[in-house]
Amino acid sequence: MIAWIIWLPFVGAVLCYLEPRIARLVGLAVAVLTLISIGQLSAEVMRNGAYSYPMGGWLAPLGITLWADGLAVWMLLLNAVVGLGVSLFASGYFKAPAAKHFWPLWLLLWGGLNGLYLSADLFNLFVTLEVVGLTAVALVTLSRERIALTAAMRYLLAAIFGSLAYLLGVALIYAQHSTLSLLLLADLNTTPGTLLALALMTFGLLLKTAIFPFHFWLPLAHASAPAPVSALLSALVVKASYYLLLRLWLFTYGDGLAAAAQVLALLGAAALLYGSLQAFRQRRLKLLVAYSTVAQLGYLCLALPLMFIGTSAAAYHGALYHALAHALSKAALFLAAGLVLQAYGHDRLSGLRGMATHLPITTFTVALAAVSLAGLPPSGGFIAKWWLVTAAIDSGQWVWALIMLAGGLFSALYLFRVLVIALLEPRSGAALHPVPRGLELIALALALLAILIGLRTPELLALLAPGLPLGGPP
Amino acid sequence: MITIYIYLTAAVALFAIALAGLLLTRHLLRKILALNVMGSAIFLLLVAIAYRGPEAPDPVPHAMVVTGIVVAFASTALAVALARHIHAETGMVHLPEEQA
Repeated sequence: MIAWIIWLPFVGAVLCYLEPRIARLVGLAVAVLTLISIGQLSAEVMRNGAYSYPMGGWLAPLGITLWADGLAVWMLLLNAVVGLGVSLFASGYFKAPAAKHFWPLWLLLWGGLNGLYLSADLFNLFVTLEVVGLTAVALVTLSRERIALTAAMRYLLAAIFGSLAYLLGVALIYAQHSTLSLLLLADLNTTPGTLLALALMTFGLLLKTAIFPFHFWLPLAHASAPAPVSALLSALVVKASYYLLLRLWLFTYGDGLAAAAQVLALLGAAALLYGSLQAFRQRRLKLLVAYSTVAQLGYLCLALPLMFIGTSAAAYHGALYHALAHALSKAALFLAAGLVLQAYGHDRLSGLRGMATHLPITTFTVALAAVSLAGLPPSGGFIAKWWLVTAAIDSGQWVWALIMLAGGLFSALYLFRVLVIALLEPRSGAALHPVPRGLELIALALALLAILIGLRTPELLALLAPGLPLGGPP
Repeated sequence: MITIYIYLTAAVALFAIALAGLLLTRHLLRKILALNVMGSAIFLLLVAIAYRGPEAPDPVPHAMVVTGIVVAFASTALAVALARHIHAETGMVHLPEEQA
């Protein structure tokens, strides 16, 4: 059952590669079936608690053990919901020949992500990180633009370097402790060698998550990819390395790491301010949205140190709610930007006057996504920021609370700037290409979900409850 | 016990050389090769830590190296293919300096 969540996308990818004519059908079937299997897994984990599963009956250390707890289920569901939405959008958006390459790569990426969230050992996590990284880079090149090639290359070099730094850390952990199990990390005593390993792994993952100042590869790679790919990269791929960072720090955090955690907070705050400033300066919609991702990832990084001070789970819940709300609203925003590009033939902000008249549904989608990204009630983004700010104030870290509040204001400023242009009187004589209504509605649905998750907080939080880190080891 | 330190020192030196190559050279092929050397440094470290004296060596680091080589091969292949495309499209063998 649990293994199917990984197998389905991989088998689907091979099928799509072998039979490009039925790729779209296979892709959509896999998307639906994967969401159903993940739904079943989450019901099982809610009922019976976290559990582990040795694949093929082979036990660790040579076999691969899968591990599903509340955090894993949360990330899997986030992936599957956004993944299904983007798959539906892509089936109407991509024409041959791009479609032929999109489906196998996307399904491989999805399989890699599912594998990553279910892996319980550090080395298998490295392999899945690489599957995710390589397929993500290949997806960027699907756009025919020349700039996408160099952006993909920069992304690839950063991704491989990040993975190797992580792998070196894994090797050092194994050299000292003879274990790769994620679940045993908590028992490691923090010798200087272990700290060096943690530092290397953290550096590698920060580079892959594009946390300031390691964000240099993200804006162009995310902005020059085709819209559905940008949505997948910004909503899902950067969250994968963040998830691993979160696991590592939750398991290994001790008082000795308090100062290092504050460094992470500093990077997060810098990302928030720098990304917002850059987003505000952009003249193209997709680059604006990409820099907004740099800024929003700052919240996730800033949340890490807040989790360790005090006993409340507010920062932990806030970070994961933020990951979910950001994934939904950012996917919606990038898909909307893709439709704008299709309708106008460009995405220069100055040329988008009258967008509200030309593309009312898409403009509404941008507005809803902006509400969640800026953290206005009752959106998911509001709940996330509420918890994060509460956690910061409860632990007396006023500076971080102020920066997070300012970050919300900045997101409102750069996103409402888009809306103001959209609401201006249209200039006459602009020839627009028609945009499929169905695609507009898919983007709208994702943006609506980003708002609706703010209204279903207790039900959603119940998903996170089983297993580590708040329930203790099994 | 001394031999393991020789291997460890060699691994650290290789990693440093690769890091310098990655950050200081501009030619894409050199950067790709630097990442390969960096991978080899880690593999050398892993093979060295598998040593357990007269006993049979620890199989886990060996399994990691074998898998790691496959991963390194795949990423090198993608990187070289991308570099070739960049060369064919732009005539350049390095990344442009400008940022958006």
